Amino acid sequence: MHKNIVLCGVGGQGTVLASKLIAAAAMSRDIPVMSAETIGMAQRGGSVFSHLRMGEGVYTPMIGEGEADLILGFEPGETVRMLPYLKKDGYVVVSNRPVMPVTASVSGSNYSGQEMLDYLERNVKHLMVVDTDKACEELGSAKVLNVLMLGAALKTDALGLSKEAVEQVMLERLPEKFHELNRKALKFFST
Amino acid sequence: MRKEFLMGNEAIAMGALAAGVNLVAGYPGTPSSEVLETIAKRRSAQVYVEWSVNEKAALELAAGAAYTGARTLVTMKQVGLNVASDPLMCLEYIGVKGGMVVLVADDPGPISSQTEQDTRQFAVYSKLPCFDPASAQEAYEMIQEAFAYSEKYGTPVFFRPTTRVCHGYASVELKDEEQYHVNQPEGFVKDTSKWVIFPRVAFQNHMKIESRNEELSQVFSEYSRNAILPEDAQHQQCRKGIVASGISYTYACEAMEQLGHIRLLKVATPHPFPEQLALQFMEGLDEVLCIEELDPVLEKALLQICGKHHCTVKVLGKLTHHVKNAGENTRDSVKKNIADFMEISMNEVQEREVPPALPVRPPVLCAGCPHRASFYAVKQAMKGKKTIFCGDIGCYTLGNAMPLDMVDTCLCMGAGVNIAQGVGKIEPDTTCFAFVGDSTFFASAITGVVNAVYNQANMTLVVLDNSTTAMTDHQPHPGTGRTMMGEIVSKISIEAVLHGVGVERVETVNPLNLQQAVECVREVAAQPGVKAIIFKSPCIAVTKPQGCMHIDSEKCINCKKCIREIGCPALFVKDGKVTIDKSLCTGCGLCSQLCPVEAITGGEAHA
Repeated sequence: MHKNIVLCGVGGQGTVLASKLIAAAAMSRDIPVMSAETIGMAQRGGSVFSHLRMGEGVYTPMIGEGEADLILGFEPGETVRMLPYLKKDGYVVVSNRPVMPVTASVSGSNYSGQEMLDYLERNVKHLMVVDTDKACEELGSAKVLNVLMLGAALKTDALGLSKEAVEQVMLERLPEKFHELNRKALKFFST
Repeated sequence: MRKEFLMGNEAIAMGALAAGVNLVAGYPGTPSSEVLETIAKRRSAQVYVEWSVNEKAALELAAGAAYTGARTLVTMKQVGLNVASDPLMCLEYIGVKGGMVVLVADDPGPISSQTEQDTRQFAVYSKLPCFDPASAQEAYEMIQEAFAYSEKYGTPVFFRPTTRVCHGYASVELKDEEQYHVNQPEGFVKDTSKWVIFPRVAFQNHMKIESRNEELSQVFSEYSRNAILPEDAQHQQCRKGIVASGISYTYACEAMEQLGHIRLLKVATPHPFPEQLALQFMEGLDEVLCIEELDPVLEKALLQICGKHHCTVKVLGKLTHHVKNAGENTRDSVKKNIADFMEISMNEVQEREVPPALPVRPPVLCAGCPHRASFYAVKQAMKGKKTIFCGDIGCYTLGNAMPLDMVDTCLCMGAGVNIAQGVGKIEPDTTCFAFVGDSTFFASAITGVVNAVYNQANMTLVVLDNSTTAMTDHQPHPGTGRTMMGEIVSKISIEAVLHGVGVERVETVNPLNLQQAVECVREVAAQPGVKAIIFKSPCIAVTKPQGCMHIDSEKCINCKKCIREIGCPALFVKDGKVTIDKSLCTGCGLCSQLCPVEAITGGEAHA
């Protein structure tokens, strides 16, 4: 197996944790992993990404353009930004919830994310748009975006990992009182 | 042997522990901070670790320990090396007894720094050997070797990873603890001819250093991490080669997997440069392309070797504009550089439409950040006055963004205090402010305040005390009362320090109480001399949120003053209405204090 995955979003959305869970799931199945994340100043509300590479014969954690099997987009605009990394037949899983940049709020300019989703519809063959707001509401927690996105990624098969492998490492890393909520979140889009 | 999924910086820390490091000191700075934090987490009880007050202190402490025979590690980012350079330049002439590794993380891009300076260049200048790892696994192994070389040759050595190596994760194979090197320091042995620097000692040692570096160039030609990777069968006749180091080496390998392998020289020790190995590499080649980030260090070393040995090999790279001379390399830039060099055309254009204009997301102060309130209070108090707001290094540099626009200058750690004085000396009618964070205050602003008091400056020092080192992930500092050894110690009071150096008026205010804060600024700023305001309110990441603010949509007149004035990321317009993002709001209450119709309630009651 050889997989390149780009996770992207806005600082604070939990892309790093999602990337760590995928990596841990791969490690638990003896698959070599490399990854790279945005750390530092950009984490304060800036555009953030993780590159994740699974499989043998990888020299570097960074992914080149046109190499990603999957883009896991936590935000529509950030997903469009990362689209050059997608393989021709790669998968995109994207949350429909836009995050308004402070610059847009202050200048009063309009950003709804809809034009980004429309663009993705026109330009990505394998696209899965997920209504994460609705899911968070149904689950009664705004803190499970990353696990919801992971579940959606599992649905596409582009991760190359089983739901069991991901669930196992996820539960290992969480205090027991959050198990039920996160199990539900992982299942929400994966079944 | 066992495997762990580690960040490059964590791998470096584990490597240092495996090398039997006895003492680790540093000052936080992206991308280096996780090394020391990992040491603190994973160390045995025998290993001493501290966040020093700044890089100079850390380096001097480590030198002292290395004089006793201890193995020591100092960690910092590249601009921290500027602070530590005074002791380091001299230490090279004195030498060490125990192995001493100076870890300096460089930041091509730059991603989180003020400069794109290159520590390899500093290695040439300071004459220290330098190790440049390409991956987490290599970094783990290489730092152990760096300790051994340091000890063998009695010199501190640089260990210089870059951001992508520091922050890249990989499954790293680690030694078991039984395999760790154990170092028992012999203790300090008095010998003034060795440990006291005098011109005569410096002269003698300079000669020794030069011949040692010549020897090391030979030794490093045999060092297995410097290597020639041969061309593949299709390129036996190709008279071109690549020279690369660090993360760029891994990019070059990936590119050649696709483009075909020509001969490659991997350089792990940019200084002293492995001259013999480079000559061997260039045999039979007409042209070499140097792929590296920051300065053309490999390129210049090769040019020098070619000149010395009358080689006719053409050396290409940054100096010849074949590789860009600023910013970080990427997988794609390196692939293009190599394809151009190998004369392979790449025309894999993706057939996608041009995307719509993407949202711009500069980093911003977090929702609920007390710095926002501090800046806003000063801004309100000084409206219409001729002012300068000198900023400094930390999260509060982000106060420069609109709509706050409260950072007029930012240079380096602690500089703002002195810049404010300089402006004031030439423009006496300007009200001069210097903003400094609590950690930066201890690191390098105190001398600036002493200077201001002594030289009769007129300025207001604003200490933004959020009780942590926020930008680099919340390290403790002298004002927090915690050490990396886990001790609870007495906090050093910023107020007492200021009084102690002669600042008579020092006011401590909670910036989240807007009215009180504005009044305090007005009063203090109007007074002549050096005075200080300490805005004290903890970083939102080290305190529990106070709940969430609510907007009464009946009362809200949608004037958007809250959004326009403070630029809080939790405030945005949804369906034409000002809305609060509940997942971000901490209930700091700043917005409620400036709402003209009192439509915002909840959170803390400050007003």
